[in-house]
Amino acid sequence: MTASQVIFYIISAFILGTGLLAVTSRKIFRSAIWLLFSLIGIAGLFFWMQLDFIAAVQIIVYVGGIVVLIIFSIFLTQQAGNEMAKPVRSKVFFASLIALLGFILTYTLMYKYNFLPVVNQTLNVNVSNIGIQLLSTTEHGYILPFEVASILLLAAMIGCIVIAMKSPATIGKAGRENKPIHIKEEAAENYK
Amino acid sequence: MNDVPLTHILFVSTALFFIGVYGLFTRRNMITMLMSIELMLNSVNINFVAFNKYLYPGQLNGIFFTIFIITIAAAEAAVAIAIIINFYRSHSSIDVEDAGEMKW
Repeated sequence: MTASQVIFYIISAFILGTGLLAVTSRKIFRSAIWLLFSLIGIAGLFFWMQLDFIAAVQIIVYVGGIVVLIIFSIFLTQQAGNEMAKPVRSKVFFASLIALLGFILTYTLMYKYNFLPVVNQTLNVNVSNIGIQLLSTTEHGYILPFEVASILLLAAMIGCIVIAMKSPATIGKAGRENKPIHIKEEAAENYK
Repeated sequence: MNDVPLTHILFVSTALFFIGVYGLFTRRNMITMLMSIELMLNSVNINFVAFNKYLYPGQLNGIFFTIFIITIAAAEAAVAIAIIINFYRSHSSIDVEDAGEMKW
């Protein structure tokens, strides 16, 4: 076993172990932290494959963005120290059965398939290559998905603001209607 | 790097995907279900990168798919959390069992 192999198996065990803890831990905050470690492990796997750019994007977007968002929403919506209710036993049984059978089926299919190894070619992933191909309009350019993704991000941003905004009905009840009446009454009392 | 066969990397990504499936089926809390979905999306990312690295090293298509999946996952997580917070505001709970109004 070479050092690279050893590193790969350590990273994989780390990813799978923390991922399993993330879906089974009954304290929601711990579960989020295990997810964080699992995502860091995946970034480590990308580093191991010598894809520095993807690993950096993984760390920035997932670890720095999504997990922080999830932790914020945990703090907004519930008591982080409380344990969640135990899942129903029959549900656990059927879910693990489905997961196990699906895993065995998929993995045997993949294991039987004869992947043809490529020789004499190395992957050239420096950032300038990625940038040039991402923004090129030639045959293998990705400018159209890039623009579509930018529109998707804009739509998601506006959608988030609209969804999470308080609806006009509740604002009206809480703020605009009550206050003027209250102020009016006070003014009337003062006038008397 | 090339002394680890491709099927071992696929083993990791498949196992991670089905860990996510298990979490999605057993959890009743919306935030933890969202976390399971993130795990599944990440396992797909590993697949794309590994295929690109091992089978088509002359091209960058797997890398681009990974970048777009990460983008879409970020947008999806933001929208899902906005929906969850709005749901919490009206039901003061984020359990999926409480979300039964639109059930057919």
